[in-house]
Amino acid sequence: MTFWTDPINFVADWLMGVFTGWGMAEGLAGVLIALIGIFALVTFAMLLDILLVWVERKVVARFQDRLGPNRVGPFGIFQPFADIVKLLIKEDITPIGADKIIYNLAPIFSLMSVLLLWAILPFAPKIFGVDLNVGLLYIVAAGAIGTLSIIMAGWASNNKYALMGAFRTVAQMISYEIPMVVALLIPTLLAGTMGVNGIVESQGIWFVVLSPLGALIFVISAIAELGRSPFDLNEAESEIVAGFHIEYTGMKFGLFYAGELLHAFTFGGFISVLFFGGYRFFGLENFGPIVAAVIFLLKALFFYWVIMWVKYTVPRVRIDHMLAFNWKFLTPLAFVLLMVTALVSKLLAGASAGWHAAGLFLANVVVGWLTIEILKAHARRQREREETPAQPAVQAAQH
Amino acid sequence: MTFLQIIFLLFAAVILGSALMVVTTRNMIHAALWLIAALFGVAAVYALLNAGFLAVVQVVVYIGAIAILFIFAVMLTRREMRDKGPQLNKNWWMAALISVVTFGGLFGLLSNWAGFSKTAAEIPAGLDAVEQLGIALVSPDAYVLPFEVASILLLAALIGAVYVAFNKE
Amino acid sequence: MIPLSWYLTLSAGLFSIGLFGVLARKNAVAILLGIELMLNAVNINLVAFWRYGDPAMIVGQVFAIIVFATAAAEVAVGLALIISIYRRRKTVVADEIDMMKW
Repeated sequence: MTFWTDPINFVADWLMGVFTGWGMAEGLAGVLIALIGIFALVTFAMLLDILLVWVERKVVARFQDRLGPNRVGPFGIFQPFADIVKLLIKEDITPIGADKIIYNLAPIFSLMSVLLLWAILPFAPKIFGVDLNVGLLYIVAAGAIGTLSIIMAGWASNNKYALMGAFRTVAQMISYEIPMVVALLIPTLLAGTMGVNGIVESQGIWFVVLSPLGALIFVISAIAELGRSPFDLNEAESEIVAGFHIEYTGMKFGLFYAGELLHAFTFGGFISVLFFGGYRFFGLENFGPIVAAVIFLLKALFFYWVIMWVKYTVPRVRIDHMLAFNWKFLTPLAFVLLMVTALVSKLLAGASAGWHAAGLFLANVVVGWLTIEILKAHARRQREREETPAQPAVQAAQH
Repeated sequence: MTFLQIIFLLFAAVILGSALMVVTTRNMIHAALWLIAALFGVAAVYALLNAGFLAVVQVVVYIGAIAILFIFAVMLTRREMRDKGPQLNKNWWMAALISVVTFGGLFGLLSNWAGFSKTAAEIPAGLDAVEQLGIALVSPDAYVLPFEVASILLLAALIGAVYVAFNKE
Repeated sequence: MIPLSWYLTLSAGLFSIGLFGVLARKNAVAILLGIELMLNAVNINLVAFWRYGDPAMIVGQVFAIIVFATAAAEVAVGLALIISIYRRRKTVVADEIDMMKW
């Protein structure tokens, strides 16, 4: 075992040798090494977060035909540090009538819900926090803490706009959790495990080929879970000012902001892990865990870019449209897709991997085509209803 | 005292302390948040008992859905029920007495049982509890019928809740 | 190792606290909170007996899952009832909902 084949365990063994050399008990040294590992992972995540601030601002600028930050450092790359200094020296306000403890806990919970996800992100075959056998449920559980943090912020701020943002968040996040869980079940079904490492290892053929609709549902519900445009109803600047974080200033707002960016990047990582092969890229991952980790981070960055692309291209949806889209379209589609996937993969259980993939892909195409046909028929009916508003009774009689 | 025992005592203190706050605090939102702390402690206890799946399901179902629903309900029914004034019945001492007697009775009953202080056997090697649980829930030889009944119960609750809370005006 | 008695004592304590909440609180939502505590105490017992009995017999965990489902159903219907009562009678105090008493 060298550094290049198994870096994490190599460093851990070396640290263990050093600590026990100092006369430390082995159990205590193990706990200490685990703490150091957690600290290193969180520090890496937060450093990446600083970079993400720059990436986000630069990319949104290009989408809006602007230049973006370009004054501080080459390509404005030191702009985030200026932002941090600004946030740090802002006045730290706790509004009158706010519930002080909950108000101050909320931003911490918000960032915590994101950092918890990093524990199971598989960067490379041997670089990961833990390999939970219920990893996919863990993603949903961490999302639940994120929802909780927004409700805490909205309620404790003692502000009607904040409370409205929190109410909207409940409606949105609880609803979109359902298609998300169902979409998560599709990779579980195909891989036969809920552990993310097992899912990546079983993706000889990327799951996006086996279940393109599943990937689409997951991306949509992930964007809703992130609360990014077109689903940013909990902030909705033009309607409820800034929603749940309206009263937060300085670094407390900074924690929400950092959490949001890192959340988007983390979900980019999970999109790549669940449907796009994670650290696998046509055998390139065999060059060692470092290369695999770089592949994974690049894929995560790409899907982060996709999420940004959606965010800055699609306008915000109305709240009843958002709920109707979920309950009348996404959830039924997800359930139908899950059943079809289970049925087809059971029927083709004996076939070779290629036929299996082709059958599942075909099933997805059929489901997608049927969905589009149903939507077209529905839209046609609605259009006919709306084009003849003068005599609705006659219309009803005709049908 | 081992490391595991210290962890257990820590979480037990969290659970019991938050539970006490749930039943005594005046502010209903605080009560719901304390409930979340208690449920989190219970999830940690499941993890200590090697039931990782239940620990995660506890967080998803209880904290992600039930506790959030509670906060929502408290916010919706808040106008009349101010946080001022006593939140306990005038007979609260009777309730306290009954609880203490219940605890004493349960403890006394259990401490006379032979298996009270037994320690856990090692989990057999190669036993995947999650896999076993999944098979047990859908196997006709095991618990597929209770599982289906539970799903029908959930469906009935869904329809019933929508019907009851639906505003007809 | 942690003896079984610790888990059982914890669960008995949690159950009693929940019972106190159910009996002593005025607010109907708070009564439901107490019921949740009691259900959780039962669940701790079920899982502890699974672990300290025969871990190959999965029945304890299956029961715990069924309790989860029941708790979710109970909260959904219970809160819907409370909200419905609040709409009509503008109160959630359990003592004041006494129309059926005479």
